[in-house]
Amino acid sequence: MPGAMSASHVCLRGVSKVFRTEHSVVHALGPMDLDLQRGEFYAVVGPSGCGKSTLLELLAGLSKATEGEITFEGQPIGDNIPDGVGVVFQEDASFPWLNVSENIAFGLAQRNTPANEQQRLVDHALDIMGLKAFANSYPSQLSGGMRQRVCIARTLVLQPRLILLDEPFGALDQQTRLLMGEELLKLWRDTGATVFLITHALDEAAMLADRIGVMSARPGRLLETIHTGWPRERDSRIVESPEFGQVTARLWQHLRQESMKSIGKGVERA
Amino acid sequence: MKWVSLLRVALILALVGLLEVLCRTGGIDTFTMQAPSKILVDLGQMLSSGKLNASIAKTMSNASIAFVLAVSVGIVVAVLIHTKPTLREALDPLFATYYAIPVLAFYPMFIIIFGLGNVPKILIAFMLGVVAVIVNTLNGLDRVPRVLIKSARIARLSPTQTALKVTLPFAAPFILTGVKFAIAYALIGIIGSEFIMSTDGMGFEIAFAYNNFDNATMYPLILLVVLVSISANMLLGMWERKILSRRGLL
Repeated sequence: MPGAMSASHVCLRGVSKVFRTEHSVVHALGPMDLDLQRGEFYAVVGPSGCGKSTLLELLAGLSKATEGEITFEGQPIGDNIPDGVGVVFQEDASFPWLNVSENIAFGLAQRNTPANEQQRLVDHALDIMGLKAFANSYPSQLSGGMRQRVCIARTLVLQPRLILLDEPFGALDQQTRLLMGEELLKLWRDTGATVFLITHALDEAAMLADRIGVMSARPGRLLETIHTGWPRERDSRIVESPEFGQVTARLWQHLRQESMKSIGKGVERA
Repeated sequence: MKWVSLLRVALILALVGLLEVLCRTGGIDTFTMQAPSKILVDLGQMLSSGKLNASIAKTMSNASIAFVLAVSVGIVVAVLIHTKPTLREALDPLFATYYAIPVLAFYPMFIIIFGLGNVPKILIAFMLGVVAVIVNTLNGLDRVPRVLIKSARIARLSPTQTALKVTLPFAAPFILTGVKFAIAYALIGIIGSEFIMSTDGMGFEIAFAYNNFDNATMYPLILLVVLVSISANMLLGMWERKILSRRGLL
């Protein structure tokens, strides 16, 4: 039975990643232990180049850990991409030769979902992502934010149990990011999926996540885990609360030194 | 844009008109060139009489076979090479210098090996076109964003499915450039071979008419070749514009 080995939905033990080329060895990540609970919203923040995206690629099965083990629903993630995992990347991953509907149906067609069922799921996804009027448009006719919605819809329509997001709103303006964040919270509540979000925006992490992992400069390790304690029913208005300020302040406390390291400055004495 | 198109048509019509006037007034004698209007009439007569239909059909079917082979083999080879970076590195300079080789010079050799039939001609036309398809397809495959490959892996596509559903569709505009070359090269290869040594085909008939001062056959055949090549190219051009405008590149 899946999950028999470990109670957590996703479990990392002693995971590290080292990139070796002919001329160099880069220790990118770890060693790292991490447990994600089923249905939890977990965010990771860290200085640039700290191995956040490497971590996501390991979880997605896109690359293999040098050491340690990762399990998803009790099954080890190796070279094979696990079923039930959806990924939304920072870059625009929409297929320019397919219209919005066809883009969203891409994974369904791959799974041999019956045509009428595909249509129903795509229509539903178009509806909740506010893309109904653009079903027959091509990505080139859409704004960056709408293309990212297409990618999110393409992922969600497959009903993943674990959703990995790699700075999905990185390319969007602040207002759009807040609103997209709200959409994401709603989807997370409705689907009950476990969400793993990588972001460089502290306010985004603080607003969205149940728990926030703060990563060190390279090689990326978990420095600290912050519990936000937000209720499951929440939206962007949480940013008005004093607790929100406290969470972001704590995040910045941890990140300030690490970020300086990553941009090559010495750590100032307090 | 509208004006530019009008200007283009006007230029072509002016040149044809000039040729017509020169031929009609004796500026160009009839042993050298026929008036364009006469070429058109001769072409109509030639096609309706049907005496050269077998040769035309032969050339067109050989060119089609060479074209289809060049495109399909070229795309498959490009996809395979693309997955092997070392092989790619080894072959790239060879592709770059390939068109320095006068492929038609090998035609007599192919006749010795395969006999004077369709095979040597198709081989020549295929060899001319296939590398253009390979090079342009590789160029397109190089431009596929990494994130699309990752998306294909997340969707658990096999390497073949990834090629058919993600990388080749992305590369389509570049492949089409290679396909346009393949059409032109298929006609050049077949008709060129027929000029050099053949017992039938449009190239053979053009050469035969030339040797017999038969301008009433030679010029209509040349016009037919040009018309076929240009129409095929225009059809692909329309398809290309459709693809590019979908992607906001036009």
